[in-house]
Amino acid sequence: MHEIRWHGRGGQGAVTSAKLLADAAFRSGFEGVTSQPSFGAERRGAPITASSRLAHEPIRVLSQVTAPDIVVVLDDSLLGVAKATAGMRPGGTIIVNTTKSVAELGLGGDIRVVTSDVTGAAQAVDLIVGGQPMVSTAILGAFAAATGLITMAGVEAAIGKAFKGTAASKNIEAAKIAYECTRA
Amino acid sequence: MATQKTLAVTGNVLVAEAMRQCAPDVMGAYPITPQTTIVEEFAKFVANGRVHTEYVTVESEHSAMSACVGASAAGARVMTATSSQGLALMWEELYIAAGMRLPIVMANANRALSAPINIHCDHSDIMGARDAGWIVLFAETAQEAYDNTIMAVRIAEHPDVMLPVMTCLDGFITTHSIDRAQIMDDETVKAFVGDYKPENALLDTDNPVSHGNFAGLGGPYFEFKRAQRNAIDRSAAVIESVGAEWSKICERPFGMVEGWGMEDAELAIVAIGSTAGNARHVARELRAQGVRVGVLKVRCFRPFPFADIAEALAGCKAVAVLDRSESFGAEGGPLFLEVRSALYDRAERPAMVNYIYGLGGSDVKLELLRQVYSDLSDLADGASTPGRLVYLGAR
Repeated sequence: MHEIRWHGRGGQGAVTSAKLLADAAFRSGFEGVTSQPSFGAERRGAPITASSRLAHEPIRVLSQVTAPDIVVVLDDSLLGVAKATAGMRPGGTIIVNTTKSVAELGLGGDIRVVTSDVTGAAQAVDLIVGGQPMVSTAILGAFAAATGLITMAGVEAAIGKAFKGTAASKNIEAAKIAYECTRA
Repeated sequence: MATQKTLAVTGNVLVAEAMRQCAPDVMGAYPITPQTTIVEEFAKFVANGRVHTEYVTVESEHSAMSACVGASAAGARVMTATSSQGLALMWEELYIAAGMRLPIVMANANRALSAPINIHCDHSDIMGARDAGWIVLFAETAQEAYDNTIMAVRIAEHPDVMLPVMTCLDGFITTHSIDRAQIMDDETVKAFVGDYKPENALLDTDNPVSHGNFAGLGGPYFEFKRAQRNAIDRSAAVIESVGAEWSKICERPFGMVEGWGMEDAELAIVAIGSTAGNARHVARELRAQGVRVGVLKVRCFRPFPFADIAEALAGCKAVAVLDRSESFGAEGGPLFLEVRSALYDRAERPAMVNYIYGLGGSDVKLELLRQVYSDLSDLADGASTPGRLVYLGAR
C-alpha cells in the first residue's frame, strides 16, 4: 500500500489534488484508492494536509497518513513551516513544487527529492484564478512523472471528469507541462 | 438485469445519488453549515431535471424536519440530510416524526457537538437522538452508506414498521473521503424501492384523517408509545429481510452486525462506523502473528441487535467496546451500555472495557487499536486491567 501525504495552503487545492489523484489512480488500475482531506479552520493561506492511499486490494484504513512513502508539497514555502518530511519512510519520495533545484532545497535524510515547477506550468497556460496560479491539477503531472504509479491517460481522464470544456483542456495541458519539467 | 458501475467517489456524492435513485417527492433542507454536500448535490440533480423532487429550502434545521413531517403526513415520500448541531436543532421534530409514524429517511453525517467548537467526526449527534424512536443504521464505508439509503426507504415504508430511518456515516471521514464504490443502475433501484402508497395521507380528501392529535387526559398516548415500541421491535425482521433482498441484487453482504474473525476470537473489538475498518486492519496483522482476535461491527443501532451481539461475544475472553461519544456520568458510552446489557443473561461473559475514542475527530491511529488489543491480552491473562473506562489516546 502506498501512503501519500499532501501539504498545501488553504485555497491552493490540495484537497482537490488528493481527490483527483484517487480518481486517476483508480483509472490507472488501483483497486483500492482512498483520499481524505483534513479539514480545520479553512483560512486562505493556512497550512493544510490531506491523505491518500493506493493499493491493489480494498483499503479500509481511514486514519490520517503519518508515515508516508510519498509526500507532495504544493508550495515550497511550506518546507520551512510544515515539517513536510516528518515520519517519512526511508527511501520515500518527496515531490516539491518549486523553481529551485534539488540541491538548493537541501532536504536531508534517506529520501528521494523530486522537483517540478508546477506554478510555472500553470502560468504557461494562463491557468490563473483570482491572481493565483492554480497548481492543484498540474501537480498530478509531476506525481505521475515522479512515481510512475499513475498514468497521464488516467490523469487526463480524471481532470476531464472534474472540469468541462476549455477549463479541462487548460488543466490537462498544465499537467503535461509539469510532467515534462519534473526533475530528480 | 442489475448492472453496477464502479466509481472513485465521496460518501456524500454516493448518498445523494442513492437519494436521486429513490426519487423522493419532497426534500426539506437547510443548505448551510452544518450541512453536508448531500443536499447540495441533490439540489443540483433537481436543478438539472434529473429528479422531480419538491426541494424546499427552509430557514433552519428545525424547520427542515418540520417541512419533512408535514410533507410525509400529507402522503409524500420524503428524504433529507443533516449533521451535528443541525440534528440537535431537529431534536423536537425527530420525536414527532417517529410518534406520527412517518417513514422519513434522513442521512446524518456524524459530527461533534459544541462546546468547544468542533466540526469533525464523532457520534455525539446521533447518540443524543438515539431514543427519539428512529431506526438507526450506520455505515463503515461510502458503499454501505449508499446501500443503507436504498434499504432505508423499504424499511421505513414497510407496513409492519412505518417509522423514520436515519442512515449515519462518519463526518469528514466517510462523507468526504474518496473511496472506491459501486453504483447500481437507476432502473434496478427504482424497482427495488417501488412506489410509496401512503395509508393515511392527509391529502387523501376522500378518506379524511388527522395526525398528531392531543392524546392526553386519559387519551391513548401511553398505548401509542407501546405501539411504537412494538413497531421498532418488529422492524428487526424487516431490516434483515430487506437487507437480504438488496444483498442478493448488489452481491454485497448485509447483517445487523458484521463479524471478522469472530468464529474463534478470544479478544474482540466492538465498533461502529469507519473505525471498524481500521480495527480489521490491525486484527489482520495480529492474526498473521497467531493471535486470536476479532472485530464486531454494529451496522444497526436501533433496533439494537442484542441476540446477535451476545451470540458473537459470549465465547470471548475479553472485549473492548469503542464509543465515539460520551454519556457523561453513565457507566460508559452508549454502545458499551447496550453491549454489556446484551450479555447480562449469559452464563459466561467476557471481561469488558469501554474505550471512549475519536471525539471531535481525534484521529484513530492504528497504534491506538494495537494498544487496545494489547490491553485486552493483558486483561485476559489476568496480568493487568486498563480500567473500566479509558479515554483512548487522550494526551
